[in-house]
Amino acid sequence: MNDVATSATGFDTSTLWIVILGLALGSFALRFFFIGIVGARPLPEWLLRHLRYTAVAMLPALVAPLVVWPSATGGEPDLPRMAAAVVTLAVGYITKNVLMAIGSGAVTLYALLYLVGV
Amino acid sequence: MPRTTAKSYFWKGCRNSLPFIFVAGPFSLLFGVLATEAGLKLYEMLTFSASVYAGSAQFTALQLLREDAPTLIILASSLAVNLRVGMYSASLTPYLGAAPLWMRAIVAYFTVDQSYSLSVAQYELVPEMTLSERLAYFFGTNAIIAPLWYSGTLVGAILGTGIPESFALDFALPIAFLAMVGPMLRTPAHIVAAFVSIIVALLCVSIPYNLGLLVAGTAGMMAGARAEQFLISRGVKI
Repeated sequence: MNDVATSATGFDTSTLWIVILGLALGSFALRFFFIGIVGARPLPEWLLRHLRYTAVAMLPALVAPLVVWPSATGGEPDLPRMAAAVVTLAVGYITKNVLMAIGSGAVTLYALLYLVGV
Repeated sequence: MPRTTAKSYFWKGCRNSLPFIFVAGPFSLLFGVLATEAGLKLYEMLTFSASVYAGSAQFTALQLLREDAPTLIILASSLAVNLRVGMYSASLTPYLGAAPLWMRAIVAYFTVDQSYSLSVAQYELVPEMTLSERLAYFFGTNAIIAPLWYSGTLVGAILGTGIPESFALDFALPIAFLAMVGPMLRTPAHIVAAFVSIIVALLCVSIPYNLGLLVAGTAGMMAGARAEQFLISRGVKI
């Protein structure tokens, strides 16, 4: 895990604390904004329509490059990781069960890593 | 006896949150493990978990910290991941908006996927619940999960460095996030949003400062909103 060792020194403590405090305040502000300040006034429909898709847009966008160019292989596309990602998403979609999806993805990853002989 | 019913709603909230132990438990462990690997000290990651209290935003920030992204990008991207709790807050408002301000501030802190989804389902099921019963139920859904989230981070940190490389933990985050996304793909519009964001994220990977994530997320949201309007105009029920 060489990349982990180097990345551990990649950011300094002050950056970390700015991120923690900024995220704590920002997350609270997001949660407090409507219930605390906007109150019961209705929100514009176009805004709600976009907010509905934030999670399904942001999370895959974060994950996609990690799946296609994994850091553990030095950025080389890797069949076990790619297959595990597809299986996890598919099982999650079909079963609607987060744990089942994680389990299937992990089994796929370990089975293929074993078969490929890493 | 309003006090008694509020109390029983608190316990009902606790009971209904039990299945989420199997989601929050492993995720908090994973956060502790990955944070340890990224070089965070115990008090740093505990402050992180306790003050932010939002799994997906914490994981996003951690990943971008490791990728050495600029601080502003880390904050913007993690908060964008967390935009959905703003929507939760908006949809809780009709039910809890009458509570005193300090109470609403506490509700805001504890607004997460599980407390929101359980509470709204319960409020819709029993519309005649009083405000204090609603609040009791809401806090019940957090009474087990929140302490579990903090202590899971701690246990993960202790296990952290002892996990061998053959466990391929580098891939735990992608699997955890994809497992969360799968069940969220409820409508064709959600699938369009996810698909567009994946394509754009892969195309934008060389944009500096990890801006590709924000570009792809925005593109995915716009695509989802457009797809929803298109489907509704075609008479498809969303």
